Amino acid sequence: MNRYPAWRYVLLGALIILALLYALPNIYGEDPAVQVSARDAGSLKNVADRITQTLTAQQIPYGSIREEGNSILVRFADTTTQLKAQDFLKAALGSDYVIAANLAPKTPQWLQALGAEPMKLGLDLRGGIHFLLSVDMDTMIKEQEAADVRAMAEFLRSHQIRYISLTPTSPGSIQIRFSTDTGLNQAEGQLSQTFPDYQFKTFSNGWLLQGVLTKPALIKLQNTAIEQNMQILRNRVNALGVAEAIVARQGATHISVDLPGIQDTARAKELIGKVATIRMQLVDTQHDPEAAERGVVPFGSQLYSFDERPILLKEAVILQGSSIGNAATILDENGRPAVSIRLNGQGVNQFNRITGENIGKPMAVIYVETKTDSKVVNGKIQTTEHPVERIISVATIQSALGNNFQITGLQSVDYAKNLALLLRSGAYTAPVTFVEERLVGPSLGAANIHKGILSTEIGSLLVIVFMALYYRVFGLIADMALILNIVFIVAVLSLLGATLTLPGIAGIVLTVGMAVDANVLINERIREELRNGTGIQASIHAGYERAFATIVDANVTTLIVAVVLFSLGSGSVQGFAVTLTIGLLMSMVTAIFFTRAVVNLVYGRRSIRKLSIGI
Amino acid sequence: MEFFKTASEIPFMKQRKMAGIFSAILLLGSLIVLCMNGLNLGLDFTGGTEVEVHFSQPVDVNILREKIVQQGFSEAMLQAYSTTEVNVRVAPHKEITPSELRERILQALPGGTIDQMNYIGPQVGQTLMSNGILAILVSLIGTMIYIALRFEYRFAVSAAIALIHDPLLILGIFSLFHLEFNLIVLAAVLTVIGYSLNDTIVVYDRVRENFRKQRKRTALEVMDLSINQTLSRTIMTSGLTLLVVIALFIWGGAMIHNFALALMIGIVVGTYSSIYVAGSLAIAFGLTRKSLLPDKRPIEDALP
Repeated sequence: MNRYPAWRYVLLGALIILALLYALPNIYGEDPAVQVSARDAGSLKNVADRITQTLTAQQIPYGSIREEGNSILVRFADTTTQLKAQDFLKAALGSDYVIAANLAPKTPQWLQALGAEPMKLGLDLRGGIHFLLSVDMDTMIKEQEAADVRAMAEFLRSHQIRYISLTPTSPGSIQIRFSTDTGLNQAEGQLSQTFPDYQFKTFSNGWLLQGVLTKPALIKLQNTAIEQNMQILRNRVNALGVAEAIVARQGATHISVDLPGIQDTARAKELIGKVATIRMQLVDTQHDPEAAERGVVPFGSQLYSFDERPILLKEAVILQGSSIGNAATILDENGRPAVSIRLNGQGVNQFNRITGENIGKPMAVIYVETKTDSKVVNGKIQTTEHPVERIISVATIQSALGNNFQITGLQSVDYAKNLALLLRSGAYTAPVTFVEERLVGPSLGAANIHKGILSTEIGSLLVIVFMALYYRVFGLIADMALILNIVFIVAVLSLLGATLTLPGIAGIVLTVGMAVDANVLINERIREELRNGTGIQASIHAGYERAFATIVDANVTTLIVAVVLFSLGSGSVQGFAVTLTIGLLMSMVTAIFFTRAVVNLVYGRRSIRKLSIGI
Repeated sequence: MEFFKTASEIPFMKQRKMAGIFSAILLLGSLIVLCMNGLNLGLDFTGGTEVEVHFSQPVDVNILREKIVQQGFSEAMLQAYSTTEVNVRVAPHKEITPSELRERILQALPGGTIDQMNYIGPQVGQTLMSNGILAILVSLIGTMIYIALRFEYRFAVSAAIALIHDPLLILGIFSLFHLEFNLIVLAAVLTVIGYSLNDTIVVYDRVRENFRKQRKRTALEVMDLSINQTLSRTIMTSGLTLLVVIALFIWGGAMIHNFALALMIGIVVGTYSSIYVAGSLAIAFGLTRKSLLPDKRPIEDALP
C-alpha cells in the first residue's frame, strides 16, 4: 500500500525539470532595447556602425549592439536612455528603417535554443497604450448590398427578365417588383441559384420578390471584414515601430490593439485612426457638374468637388480599396512622379472590363474617412458616424487596366508619395472607430509589477508558514506542492505566450490560496481516519481516495466561472481568468499527484507508528 | 495544531431559524442600500475619461479642482490618492472629442506626469454592463446545472439561493461605502461565486457519503454531522485564502484594492452561507435519503 511505481516518479521528475526550464527565463528579466530593421527588406549593411557613431556622438550609454536575424538590437540600462536613443536613431537613420522600442529578454542562448521565453507583460505592468476599435458593419453591409443590387439588375437584364423596380430596403434586404407572375417566378428560380447568399421569398400581391442576406452570409461578411481590418491594423502598427504590438479580435465587431512601451497617444491614434477607405469611380463626363451644383444631380451620379471645382462621379464603384495590394512611388518615362499600383485577385476582372470600356475617360480615387459626432438626444448621448469623402486623384484611363497599372502625371514627388501612402496604407474594409483608449505610464507599470510580486511573495509565505505549523510534515509537503504549482503556472504561461497582467498576478495569488484547499481536504481526511482508529497506511490511502472526488467537484465550479469570465472579453479580466484556470488545473497535478508521490516516498513501504500531520 | 481536538458537534440545524433571520436582514439591508445609494459604477461601465497624474511636489486638490471647473468640467470628480497623486474622472462628453477633452484636462493639471489615462466610449460601457450581468447569470446557471448533475436538483437550488448572498452582500457593501465598482470587481464577484460553491460542494459531498453510511440518522442529523465533519477544513481553507487576499489588499496596490476587498467580503460571506444556509435550505426543500440514493447499488458504483 502507498507505493507508486517507478515510472510515475520518472514522469513527475520529467515534468518538474521541464517546468523549471520553461519558467527559468522569467528570472533573467528583460533589457529595454531599440530594434532597428530595414523597411521593405532593405540591407542592414553599415547600419551597426552608424548606430555606434550616433550613440557615441550623443553620449548615450548602451549595453550591446547585436545583429539578430534581419534586425539589429541595441540594449540599454533603463527606459529613459532607451527612449532618448530611439529618438536620436530615428533622426540619424531616416525613414528607410523601422526603429522600435521593445524589451529584449536576457534569456541565455541555451535556453533560447529550447524555445524558452519569459512571459509577456501586459500593458498595466510595463506601460503602453490600449485601443479598442469598433468595426462599422452596417456601412459594410450596405456597400455589399449596393454591389449586389447592381449585379442583380445586370443579371435580370441579361436574362431578359423585366422588372419594375429593384431597391435595397433595410440593411441586408433587397426588394424587386415585377409586373407579371412569370417574371416573378423566373426571377426567383434564377436569382436563388446565382445569389446563394440571399434567401428569396415571393409575395403574390403586387408580384414582389424579397431577397434577404442569410445569417451565414452575414457572418462570413463580418469575419472577412474583421480579418482584413486586423491585417491592415497590423501593417499600420508595424509602421508605428512597435515591436510587440498585439492586434486581437474582441467579440463579433471589435478589435483590440495593444501597443506596449508607447506613450504618445496622439501619434499612435493618428496612424491607426486614419479611418479611411479607398474606392475608385468613373467620372460622369456626360453631364455638366456646374449645372448639377446649381440644380438637380443626374440620376446615377454623385456630386463631389476636386481642386475646388465641382465634379460628377458615376455611382458604380469600379474598384474597392481592399483590392489594392501595393502602391509605390515611381518616375514615369517622362521623369515625372507617378504611383504604381498592384492589385490582388478580387475585383480585378470587373475593373479590367470597365476600364477597357472607358478608355480615354477620367477615373477618380476617393478617400473616405469616418468622423464621429456625439450629441444629446432626449437626455441620452448618441454618437453618430458620418463618412467624409474626398477625391484625392483624378486620372485619365489610358488602357484596360489589369493587375498592374500606374497613375501618372502627378504634380510633385511629395504628392505622389502621399498618394501612394494613402493607397498602400490599405484602406479598412469597413470603417472603424475608437471606442476605448487606455494609457499606462511606464513608472506605474513598474510599480504595479513590484506590488504584484510583493503581494504574491507575502501571501504565499503566510500560507506556507501556516500550513507547516498546522500540518507539520504533511504541511511541508503541501508547501512544496504550492511552490511547484507557482513554477508550473509560470512555465505554462511562458510556453503559451500568454500575457501577464496585474489581475493575472492576483489570479496566481488567489490560486495559491485555493490550491492549498486540496491538501487541506486530504490532510483533514487523513486526520479523521486516524481519529477513527484506522491504521496509518490505510488512513493515508483513504484520505487521498475519498478527497479526490470532492476536490474535482469543488474545482469544476470555479473553472466554470473562469470560463465565463474569459468570455467577458476585457483584457485585464481575461488575464485573471487565464491564470486562475491554469492555476487550478496545475494544482490538481501538484496537490494530488505530487504530494502523494512524496508522501509515498516518505511513509510508504515501511511501518510507522506515528504520522506527522499535526495531531 | 488542531482547531477542534475532537469532532465538533455544533447544532447548526437548530440555529437555522436564527441564520434565516440573519440572512434575511443582510439581504434586505443590501437591497435597501442598493436601491437608495445605487452603485458607484467605475469608468468601465459608465464610459468617460479618467486621468491619473502624479506631481513632483505636493499639490492642493482644491486649486486643481477649480482649474478643471474653469475648463468647463464642473461635474468632474477629483480624488487625491496622496498629496502628489490625483485621479480625475469626467463623464462622457457630448460636443468634444475624447482627445480634445483629454488635452483640456491636462491643461488644467500643469506640471503633472501621467500615470494612467483611460477613455471608454459610452456604448462599450453599456456592453460591458450587460455582459457582466449576463456573466453572473451564466455562472449561476452553469454551476447549478453541474451540481444538479453531480448531486440532485434540491442541492442545486439551495446552493444557488445560498450563493445569492455573496454577490448581493458585496454589492451592498460597495454601495454603502460608495466604493468604485469596476470590471475587475465584477471579476471578483464572479470568482466568489465559484469559490463559495467549493465550500458548499464539500459539505454536500459529505452529506451524500453520510446518507450512505449513517442509515439510522435523520436528514437533519446527517446534515449537522456533515457540516461538523467538514468544519475544520472549511475554516482552514477560508482562512488561508483570506490570508492571501488580505496580502493582496494591503500590498497589491490601488488597482486591485477593491478587487481584493470584494474577495474578502465574498470569502467571509461565502463561508457563512455554505455552513448555515446551503445545508438547511436543502432540508427545507425536502431532501431525504431517498432523493440521494435512489437505488440500492453498492456505494463504490456511484463514485466516479
